[in-house]
Order: sequence, then structure tokens, then C-alpha cells
Amino acid sequence: MIRVILPAHLRTLARVDGEVKLDVEGQATQRSVLDALEACYPMLRGTIRDQVTQQRRPFLRFFACEEDLSHELPDAPLPDAVASGAEPLLIIGAIAGG
Amino acid sequence: MSKVRVLVGTRKGAFVLTSDAKRERWEVSGPHFAGWEIYHVKGSPADPNRLYASQCSGWFGQIIQRSNDGGNTWEAPGGETTPAPGSMPAGASNKFVYDTSPETGKPITTHQWYDGTQHPWEFKRVWHLEPSLTDPDTVYAGVEDAALFRSTDGGQTWQELAGLRGHGSGPRWQPGAGGMCLHTILLDPSDPGRIFIAISAAGAFRSDDTGKTWRPINRGLKSEYIPDPTAEVGHCVHRIAMHRSRPGVLFMQKHWDVLRSDNAGDLWQEVSGNLPTDFGFVIDVHAHEPETIYVVPIKSDSEHFPPDGKLRVYRSRTGGNEWEALTKGLPQRDCYVNVLRDAMAVDSLDSCGVYFGTTGGQVYASTDAGDSWTPIVRDLPGVLSVEVQTLP
Repeated sequence: MIRVILPAHLRTLARVDGEVKLDVEGQATQRSVLDALEACYPMLRGTIRDQVTQQRRPFLRFFACEEDLSHELPDAPLPDAVASGAEPLLIIGAIAGG
Repeated sequence: MSKVRVLVGTRKGAFVLTSDAKRERWEVSGPHFAGWEIYHVKGSPADPNRLYASQCSGWFGQIIQRSNDGGNTWEAPGGETTPAPGSMPAGASNKFVYDTSPETGKPITTHQWYDGTQHPWEFKRVWHLEPSLTDPDTVYAGVEDAALFRSTDGGQTWQELAGLRGHGSGPRWQPGAGGMCLHTILLDPSDPGRIFIAISAAGAFRSDDTGKTWRPINRGLKSEYIPDPTAEVGHCVHRIAMHRSRPGVLFMQKHWDVLRSDNAGDLWQEVSGNLPTDFGFVIDVHAHEPETIYVVPIKSDSEHFPPDGKLRVYRSRTGGNEWEALTKGLPQRDCYVNVLRDAMAVDSLDSCGVYFGTTGGQVYASTDAGDSWTPIVRDLPGVLSVEVQTLP
């Protein structure tokens, strides 16, 4: 079980409260977690990564275990604590705008 | 008794304002999609309870929202958590992919950038949604970078009408200060094949075959920043309006200049007349008088507020050239708001209502065709768009 914490606006869009819990097949990576997230919540497609290029949207960041994972490769394994569900993967919007 | 529903898009959400036909007491619903930019909300003429909204954010990109109950509840089309078997692809309602296939013409991959170099086409947002006049599930989307998309499944999937970018002048289009946006879509009620669109800063275009092929309709436009006085494209058209009873007559607010065309855009003539300034964004037509038109003059392209701090709507009852200032109920001192291009609309009650929203968050209404004005709401986020539905 992977735990994901979404930014408030995306929780509203996906109509969820609190953490999202996902079953991910195979190794837990950014790509596999986002694939599972978008499969469960199709309205989130395009909001975290581009619909076509699949690249992370520039004003979003991925954090876990007090580390910035935003520039890790999409298929790099996530930390064991995330894969085991001990720690959540945080998707965070940049502090910008007004 | 008839009702009026005003659909307001703002920088921080959408609002639905409703009243009976007296238009004296208004109920305000919202914010819907709080915190998101809502560029446009518009209802289907074929089913007034079917609304479409363009929701976007610098963080999360574009979302399309749809309502089937007049704005009480909303859904991202195809974004349901458990898509029905055989349904359209889930999560594709915000997927706007430019058509570069050889089958639909030569791939167009670049347009002119601010510095004159060529720049790739990049989808940014939907500026305007125009539902079909006859089918609630068909809706057009004008997007930035400029292109026209159409959905025939209620906004679940979108296909580009690539003939617009493909007619040849695409590489010469360039963005205005607000981006290279396709912001105006007019459907001809007398000819299902005829569509008018406008792009800032490329100009106006017309299709006579339901969007397959397009031609620029910019003859007669003069723009000081374009050296060639007969330039086919490059004009910063801000808005076009028509009266449904005379779809061949078009009115235009250009960057500078107010113009009209009496031949479906084949030739334009300036009708700025006695306006205090002919810069502005909005233009609209009275619901029952095809020669009565409205603009809100703005001081200049570098000072986006009303001249002298006085918010004045100007009305012409002669299709242009002769204008009168409408000031009753509008602030006549210290007013420095703007009225953006999609932020004026009219209702179709016997005494025509006129509505506009400001970047200061006010939505003003007139129930007497502009003679006097009252704010429906004063303190919304900056208003991006205003549409009106007259309901039975």
C-alpha cells in the first residue's frame, strides 16, 4: 500500500479527503505510483504530469522522507519507507503566485 | 416567469448569479472551483442546464468542467472514478493535442515568437468555450497557443480543427501581451457551416465548411505596428460580436479601433467615431436592436483603465460612429479597473439587460439597455468572463 498526499486543490478535484492509498503492482517508482493514481482518479490526468510528454508539471514537486525526489528519474525506485507505506509520497505545489 | 442566470468566471473561481425577470434581487452561488482561474463558463443554447467551464491553474494545468443542472453540480467529463465499460477514455477531457498528422495537412510546429524567431506551438489553456447552437454535446474550445478544438461527446475528448492553423499563415501568427489566444468563436445561426473566430494577435478568420478550411478576414484593418497596411494577418483583434438576426454583420473591438463589417468580414470599416479612446476589449450587441452596440473604452494599450478614472459604457444606436456615454450608476471618479474581452453579455428579455464584469471584481447590470447600471456583486475576484442565460 502506497500513501500519497495530494495538494489541496487536487484533493478537491479528485473528491478525496486526506491521504490517498494505492495498490501499486511491481516496484514503487514515481511512474508506477502516478500511473496507479491516475487509474484510480482519471480526473487527475494532466494535472501532475503533462498528458503528452508525461513530464512533471514545473510548479509541482515530489517529496518523501524529508528528501526532494523531483529530479529523480521516473523509473527510479522510491525509498523503501514509501514502498512499505511507512512514509507518504508528498506532491506539493510550489509557493508562487497570488 | 423568466429567469436570468449570469455565469461569471474569475481569477479565483466561478460564480453563478440568478434572478427573476425583474433583475432586482440576485442570488450568488460560488465560488465554484475555488482558487482556480476560470477563464470562461457558458451554457448550451440547446440545453440551458448544460454548462461548460474552463478551469485552469499555473500549477495543475487545464481542467474542463461540465454541469447538467445549471451549475449546481459539476463533473470533469470522463473523469469519473469508475469509468463505465466502453465509455470514452477517462481523463481525456483536458487533453488538447495539436494535430500534426500528415492526413490533415502539413504539420505546423512553430509560430512567430515575440522576438521574431519561430517558436513551437505549446498548449497552455482554454480561453473560450462555445457550445453548439443545436447539440448540447458539441462544444468548441478556443485555446492558447491559438487553435480551435471541438468535442462532440460532451467535452470528454477533443479534436483540433487543424485547417485553421494549416491554411498557411500560422507561422506568421504571434502572441499579444496576454498570450497567443483564440478568444472569440461565433457560430452563424443561419448557416451551420459558418464559423468566425479571432486570435490575438493574428486576426479574424472565417470558415464556411464547418471548420475544415479557413480564410483570414482582416481586410480594412489598420494596425500601426504592422508596416504593411494590407497585411493578411498579425492584427490584434480583441473581440468580435454579431446579432443572431444578421450574422453577416460583425462588430469588432481591435487593440485600437472599433470596426464593423457588413459582408461577413470580407471588408472592415472603422466606426470609432466620437469615442474618447478607441482602445478596449469588449464589444456586444443589443438583443433586439442589431444596430445598437456597446463598448467600454480603455485609455490605452499601456494604461488598461478607463480614461479620467470614469467607468463609462458607450452605446451606439447607429451601428457605430455616433456614441453616447452611459454613466448612471457607474463610478465616475477614481475608477481604474479594466473590462476584459469576454466580460460583457446581454440577456434577451423584452427590456434588454446588459452585463459586464471588471478586474476589480464588480459585475454591473443594466435592465434598461444601458441607461442605468447597478452592481450585482462588488467584491468578487477579478472577473475574466461574463455570460448570460435567459431562462423560461
